[in-house]
Amino acid sequence: MNLAAQTHGFLSPTGVEIAFLLVGLATFGAALVTVTTKQLVHAALWLVVTLGGLAVEYLLLTAEFIAWVQVLIYVGSVVVLLLFGLMLTKAPIGRSPDADSPNRWAALAVAVVAAAALVWVVADAFRTTWIDLDGTAAGTTRVTGEYLFRNWVLPFEALSVLLLAALVGAIVLSRKAKADAAGPPGRTATTPTPADGGGDRAPTPGDSDRAPTPGDSDRAPTPGDSDRTPAPGGGDRTTTPRGGDRSAEEGAR
Amino acid sequence: MNDVADVALRLLIVFVVFLAFPLIVGQTEHKVMAHMQGRLGPMYAGGFHGWAQLVADGVKFAQKEDVVPAGADRRVFQLAPAVALLPYLLVLLVIPIGPGEGAVGQVIDAGVFFVLAVMGVGVLGALMAGWASANKFSLLGGLRTAAQLLAYELPMLLAAASVAMAAGTVSLPGILDAFHWWWLPWQIVGAVVFFVAGLAELQRPPFDMPVADSEIIFGAYTEYTGLRFALFLLAEYAGIVVLCGLTTVLFLGGWHGPWGADGLGWVWTLLKTAVLAFVVIWLRVTYPRLREDQLQKLSWTLLVPLALAQIALTGIVKVVIS
Repeated sequence: MNLAAQTHGFLSPTGVEIAFLLVGLATFGAALVTVTTKQLVHAALWLVVTLGGLAVEYLLLTAEFIAWVQVLIYVGSVVVLLLFGLMLTKAPIGRSPDADSPNRWAALAVAVVAAAALVWVVADAFRTTWIDLDGTAAGTTRVTGEYLFRNWVLPFEALSVLLLAALVGAIVLSRKAKADAAGPPGRTATTPTPADGGGDRAPTPGDSDRAPTPGDSDRAPTPGDSDRTPAPGGGDRTTTPRGGDRSAEEGAR
Repeated sequence: MNDVADVALRLLIVFVVFLAFPLIVGQTEHKVMAHMQGRLGPMYAGGFHGWAQLVADGVKFAQKEDVVPAGADRRVFQLAPAVALLPYLLVLLVIPIGPGEGAVGQVIDAGVFFVLAVMGVGVLGALMAGWASANKFSLLGGLRTAAQLLAYELPMLLAAASVAMAAGTVSLPGILDAFHWWWLPWQIVGAVVFFVAGLAELQRPPFDMPVADSEIIFGAYTEYTGLRFALFLLAEYAGIVVLCGLTTVLFLGGWHGPWGADGLGWVWTLLKTAVLAFVVIWLRVTYPRLREDQLQKLSWTLLVPLALAQIALTGIVKVVIS
């Protein structure tokens, strides 16, 4: 902060600026590897490096609060969600031959245009903004909070309503999918009656989903092996037959 | 020069604490569990009541061969223990044990956010280990870890947010400066939610579904041997220290005590942390393992609503007293 406030020439950058540039290069490199690697899970892990590098950049810009929120939300939650999805569906060790998309040039074009638009908008919006470097650092939690809740309350609230809408939408979608799954008379529709009637755990349908996991599916790295997904267990868990038993158990606890 | 020496000394102290406290908790766990189960526990290593058992374990781990399975993703497999362990070291750096600048490794402005963010990173280590081992049990463990983290991160954050609201700051020393004794009943629900969610994030019993040794053979750590396995174990116990320290600082008033707050504040912090660590061990001995669906249900239908209710209560009281 103090270093950055001192006047200096164009070709005599401060240590903070050098660090910013180097971290930026490393982040950019990690981002490139993220989109070019042929190994799915490695891409997710390089994404962690990229997002962490961004957090370091925020730190170097004295935006401490944003930096930690970046780590908390993106590294701690979004990437974990991503990895969870990968592991649940397809996470072969080694290269995935189908990791390349034929759309990659279109994707590159979209990415470049989006980046250009962002840079242009941000640079244009803040070109004449005067930032006072002598007071408390502009990125501390207190300053950010005051700024957010004094000047930008309305956008903040609008965003939270948007998030709430997304949340409600997700719940509606998941409930609808559940209703559809339970609707057609399939394998699950036949099981409820015995378990509901007697509550006995002897019949096989109830027990088959008790040990859904290891089975005989080996974790072969072939991308097309579909029997590794624990879908049968996952599908049955939410249906009625064992739900009755479960709530009874929990009532007893 | 003086600054450099000061920083070096702080780092050294934090590092020593980081190495020593998890071992102390581990040894306590051996003995407490043993006595609760009517056994004696380790009695021979080191002579006096087996105090050196974990040192002997460490020597044993160091002697073992470091095996990487043939089908594993080598680099990720080897990197995972470091990713699991180092975040707890970083968190330990910012936990204040006494009043003033002298009793905390480094004061961070957004301390609560830093702590929760970095603790979340630690779980990535278990995910990496679970995936890279090329073992179906490990993968199941990794999956369960991820599901558990996603479920319990939210109540933990909300409970911490409640305290931050009460104190009007997110700095850990700032929260303790603002602490009054009546915060204890006021925030008790948040404290329980935070502690339980933290236990789940550490995968301690009764939330040890991801490592359930009797069904998926220690989950993500199945393929690990030697020092790397020891590092995972160390991460678990360092996690206990960090969780108990954080609960102490956020909810139990840290260095505040009925008497002797000046000078002896750090004793209070350590005492409360130790009591909480004992509770962690006690829970392990007491409760059976929760099933996966019970885990999810506990989080989403009990802890999250409780945490939200705590936030509402905090807001109401805050408005009333201001």
